[in-house]
Formats: sequence, C-alpha cells, structure tokens
Amino acid sequence: MRAVQALLSRELRLALRAKTDWLMPPFFLLVVVTLFGLGGKAHDPALSVYAPAILWVASLLAALLTLERLFRPDYEDGTLEQLCLAPGPLYALVLAKFIAHWLLTGLPLVMLAAPLAVGLGLSGTAVPTLVAGLALGTPCLSALGGFVAALTVGLPRTGLLLPVLVLPLIVPVVIFGAGAVRAAQEGLDAQAPLYFLAAILVLSLSLVPGVASAALRNAFD
Amino acid sequence: MTRLLIQALCIRRGDRVLVPTLDLAVTSGELLHVRGANGSGKTTLLEMLAGLRPAEGIRREPEDMPLHWIGHRNALASHLSPIENLQFWCGVNGVDAAGVVPALERMRLPPAARRRPVRMLSAGQKRRSALARLLLVQRPLWLLDEPLDGLDRDGIAILGELLSAHVRAGGLVVMTSHQALPANLPSVREIELARGMM
Repeated sequence: MRAVQALLSRELRLALRAKTDWLMPPFFLLVVVTLFGLGGKAHDPALSVYAPAILWVASLLAALLTLERLFRPDYEDGTLEQLCLAPGPLYALVLAKFIAHWLLTGLPLVMLAAPLAVGLGLSGTAVPTLVAGLALGTPCLSALGGFVAALTVGLPRTGLLLPVLVLPLIVPVVIFGAGAVRAAQEGLDAQAPLYFLAAILVLSLSLVPGVASAALRNAFD
Repeated sequence: MTRLLIQALCIRRGDRVLVPTLDLAVTSGELLHVRGANGSGKTTLLEMLAGLRPAEGIRREPEDMPLHWIGHRNALASHLSPIENLQFWCGVNGVDAAGVVPALERMRLPPAARRRPVRMLSAGQKRRSALARLLLVQRPLWLLDEPLDGLDRDGIAILGELLSAHVRAGGLVVMTSHQALPANLPSVREIELARGMM
C-alpha cells in the first residue's frame, strides 16, 4: 500500500514539473470539438446527433496521446528495473500507474465534457449520461491502453503501433458509451449500456494490471 | 551460508548465444569482478542474476536473498531531485526514508546538488545518487553494472570503502567494470567472459 502511495505521489509530482504532458489532452479535446462546431453548418441539428460520437472519439484520442509516455520514460531511465525488483507485487504498482494516468488525463476530460456537450447542442437530459459514461470509460482506456503501452515499451519505435493496437480494444467502450448518450437523447433508459461500461471497467481494472506487469517483465528480453 | 550458485547457465541475448555454459559459485564475503569485451554478455549475466531476465541454472541460497541492483542506467527521474528520487525508492521498497539525506551525505553529494533536478547534475553526481541506494537498506547481494562509470577519484574511493565494508561483513558482490577496481579490496575474484568460453 505504501509502495502504491509512493508511486502515485511521484507521478503527480512529475506531472507538476512537466505541465505540457497533461495539458495536451484537454487542449486537444477543446480544439477538436471547437473545429467540429466551426466546420459544420451554423445551427445544424445534425451536430447534436453526432455530439456523443464526437465527444467520445475526441476524448479517447486525447487520452491516447499520452499513453506512449506512460512507461517509456521509466523504461529509459531504469526506474522500471527497480519497480520490477521491488518486494511488493508489480501489478499493484502498474495499477497505481494507471490510476495516475487517469487522474492526469481522464479526469480533466470528464470534467470538460459537460460544457463542450452543451456547446455542441446536446440536450440537457443527456449530459449526465455522457459524463457518467466518460467517467466509466476513460479509466478503461487508461487500463487497456496502458497494457498496450507496457507491451510495446521495449520496442524502439511504437509511434504507429500503439494506436493501431489500442483502437480495437476500446471499440466496445465507445459503442456502449456513445450508445448510452444516444439512448438518453431519445428519452430511452440509458442504464443498460452504462452497466456494460461498468462491467468492462471492473474487468479491466482486475485483469489488465496482472497482464500488463507480465508484459513489462518481458520488456527486458 | 549465503551463496550464489550458477550451474550450466547459458547466456543468450535474443537468439544469439553469448556464453554457452557458465559454472560459478560466489560465496559470502566474496567480490566477483566480471570482465570481458563489449558485447560479451556481462550486463546480460547481471540481469539474469537479478531476475530481470528469465534464466535457468541460477540458485540463490537462501532463495529469497534480497539484492541491490544498480544497473548502468541510474533509475533517477530527470525532473526530480536526488532526494525525491531516493524517497520514492524507499517508499516502493518499504524502507524508512529518513536514511536518504545521510546516505547522500556519505556519498559526498553537495547539499545544493541533492535538491536540484537530476537532469542538471553531472554524470558522476547522478552515479553517486544512484549508488546511495546501497546505504539505504542492508541487503546481502549487490549486483552492480559498471558502478565506477562517471565517478571521479574521490567517488571511486568512497565506493571502494563501501565495497570492502560490505564484503568484510559477509556480503556478496557481483560487479562489472572496465576500469581497475579500487585498491585494497578484500577477496576479489575475476572472471573473463569471452565468446564460446566453457
């Protein structure tokens, strides 16, 4: 537990020293959503129809920007070796890395989503569903994307590989997340897709850290 | 009796076999100096001994012998100061962080450098900060990859003191170095890794 705490406070301290790393995703989300608004026709009702998809895809792509940096600096400076040799279980440390990644990139996106959704013309009743969906979905991306980042950390160039491997893994998250918002827009019950998202989240938080730590150990070979 | 047994160990990197078979025993109170040309498998051997790489034929007695690993990379985050880096290491390893400043003191890292981000330190100062881990907690087995890298004469002397104190107290050291080791170390054994050695 103390190890997890130490790792979390280190990640947050590092983020304070390198601000651009975690300011980029919210800014990216802002730019994408604004450009959609400016690029379309004025007062186009279609925009509010596509708003769930725009917000979901932009949020996930924004979070994807930082995934490459999740384990790479630690791999390059040798910290990963020390983490692998630490007495505690590695999956707990990997989980701490995922939590730190979500706090720094997922949480700001969740908080930004509501005002941007209103800006895109999403009806007021659907906004809570969107925020709830993102709150459940962005941690899934931190975990699933973190697994791919762990898998590719030992490779010299992963620029293209990372998004190519992550995108199929997060398709279910986007389907259920955007589906929940669409259901809420049409006045239907949005609970079922949100429960599916919650189930994906529980699965990824319980299974992925173990798999990702095995992938990290593999990076030295 | 603490010892490290290496039996019929095959050192390979990917598909390349560097050393087909290696037999060796390091017992308590011994320092093993691994030598060899670049690319002869010294670092790979140390990584296998540390358990970072899968290996068959390595036995530690006792099995859960704690070890210190100082790789050729210093494991210091460049935006954090040496003190912050070592405090983090203490937290992850469940060690009391009160020993951090005395350890850096012992490595004779100037007080100003202890609080500066690591990226602004010289190579030798980084190395001293990394080696300060050896003082934070007592562990019987030390695996050091090129620990003398970047150290000045004073730094080498400090490391020499640490090494001889550790070996005299019954510890085990396996280290690589291209430079000559600090003088007056007790019970040093050398092995030379070479392609296809038996």
